[in-house]
Amino acid sequence: MKYQVDDNGYYGTYGGAFIPEMLYPNVERLQKEYRNIIEDDGFRKEFQGLLKEYVGRPTPLYFAKRLSEKYNTKIYLKREDLCHTGAHKINNTIGQILLAKRLGKKRIIAETGAGQHGVATATVCALMGIDCFVYMGEVDMERQAPNVARMKMLGAEVIPASSGSRTLKDATNEAIRDWINNPEDTHYIIGSVVGPHPYPDMVTHFQKVISEEMQQQLKEKEDTEDPNYIIACVGGGSNAAGAFYQYLENEAVILVAVEAAGKGIDSGESAATSVLGSPGIIHGSKTLLMQTEDGQITEPYSISAGLDYPGVGPLHAHLRDSNRARFLSATDAEAMEAGLQLCKLEGIIPAIETSHALAALDQMNFQKEDIVVINLSGRGDKDLDTYIHYFNL
Amino acid sequence: MNRIQQLFQQDKKLVSVYFTAGYPNLDDTVPILEALQESGVDLVEIGLPYSDPLADGPTIQASATQALKNGMTTEVLFQQLENIREKIHIPLILMGYFNPILQFGLEKFCKRCEAIGIDGVILPDLPLEVYLNDHYELFEQYDLFNILLITPSTSTERVRMIDKHTRGFLYMVSSSSTTGKQAAFGSSQREYFTRIDDMNLKHPKLIGFGIHDKNSFQAATGFANGAIIGSAYIKFLKHHDIRETETFISKIR
Repeated sequence: MKYQVDDNGYYGTYGGAFIPEMLYPNVERLQKEYRNIIEDDGFRKEFQGLLKEYVGRPTPLYFAKRLSEKYNTKIYLKREDLCHTGAHKINNTIGQILLAKRLGKKRIIAETGAGQHGVATATVCALMGIDCFVYMGEVDMERQAPNVARMKMLGAEVIPASSGSRTLKDATNEAIRDWINNPEDTHYIIGSVVGPHPYPDMVTHFQKVISEEMQQQLKEKEDTEDPNYIIACVGGGSNAAGAFYQYLENEAVILVAVEAAGKGIDSGESAATSVLGSPGIIHGSKTLLMQTEDGQITEPYSISAGLDYPGVGPLHAHLRDSNRARFLSATDAEAMEAGLQLCKLEGIIPAIETSHALAALDQMNFQKEDIVVINLSGRGDKDLDTYIHYFNL
Repeated sequence: MNRIQQLFQQDKKLVSVYFTAGYPNLDDTVPILEALQESGVDLVEIGLPYSDPLADGPTIQASATQALKNGMTTEVLFQQLENIREKIHIPLILMGYFNPILQFGLEKFCKRCEAIGIDGVILPDLPLEVYLNDHYELFEQYDLFNILLITPSTSTERVRMIDKHTRGFLYMVSSSSTTGKQAAFGSSQREYFTRIDDMNLKHPKLIGFGIHDKNSFQAATGFANGAIIGSAYIKFLKHHDIRETETFISKIR
């Protein structure tokens, strides 16, 4: 099991829990209890029940006929965009809210960039009647006003993060500070496979339903569980972790992680951490991150607010170093064109994050008989403004 | 004997002050150190600014952001401190987050500290376990004291373990909070201070977080060997000349 987290919370040399002593009791309790809680039969039943009845799982594995013709191969889309709230993010928030209840926590905090994780958190808090506070960078609140409104309608309080660069990394800092100040009653629902151990493993666990369904659906459609390729976009990396998970140890399946190159990898405005990053510590985890020579974390850029994160999860850092996953990147322009192409060929408007995964098709060569699965992580409704301005619609 | 150990042999309530290197101006480090020493401060924590200081509240964060804008780096700070021991004889501690030090190179960092005469470090996001497993020997080799933190929610068992491994003194975080929350100490804090004081720990204790005036200083030092002032001094520096530091200190001690 080369790609599983070890007993100390590491994937290879990455991971761990680099947290201030103030957070030690909370994180230690999670480390000690999360496995027992999430593997408990009652927990699993409730989690799976909500995924089916509330989220709308299983999501279809859709054979994209016209897209397949264009690339002369067999392309399937794993339709996470059809989940309630419009993205895979809710798989994790359902799992974590059930965990929070079992830990006896009365208050939920979360960070959000584009607002998708914030909306997914506000949604499950409404569902369970628990108070919800979402930290969001001031800059992102302006960029993603509809999601701010959604969170408010769902009863959450959105707290602007006004420190540092006022985007996702600062919202994450503020959420961690909130947790330091409210250690007793609060659970922090992290939205990606980042943060101190056990978060990367826990979030991966709640997202692995994506690849579990994929195996079953491919078996039915193609008489094999194994595709040749799985392609997913990576910011922090939660949808990719979920789409890859069941195949990590099966090296015949090629895993492709697509990062946001922004205006170009060497432009100074990029979020391609696997190329531009180096090992360091961010948000309590040792992983690859974008930083200055002096170890200050730098601000990434992508047209997609969900990929605009200066690190990747420790699992992905390990997949890169071990060459288990192939890392590609797509620029803003490549992603936007690939998103529009999917609209025209398949009648599906993808989130701009997801469009980066679609853009990888142009960078790869396939055999006609290859089975290619793209994780369609989210729908593009939240991005209409960006699409409108970009294409002058 | 390390300067920190010598300091704690004195029988008085110690004042320790934190400031962010490079704030308000890049070259203020040495003048601030001189002003603090002249004001009778016993111990100084020099903060290495970091872009993402998780344990700090808005005041120290803002000072770090400004210091980085001013051009402060680990290398620049070491250059400013190069001959500091010609002027400053009180113990000096560097306080910083782990990532900039990792990027500088941990051994190179320890070596420079030893050459300059830095007595200890406080690294809030370097957990005890990682320190013991991976870095303990290096710190010892360069006689650099790693000062560890306890908080109100640290278990008794863990307080004992931290007391065993800290060097010089124990940094007692006064409440479950980030730096700079200035509420007066209540009954839960007094209960915590008493509880820790009654444990008869091996190391002396300094209390930090929330110390901002005479009342909070006296409340804290009733249960400890001294107290640490951070955000309150940063706020003072925002509006006052460094030369007025003595007035600030005299209002607290």
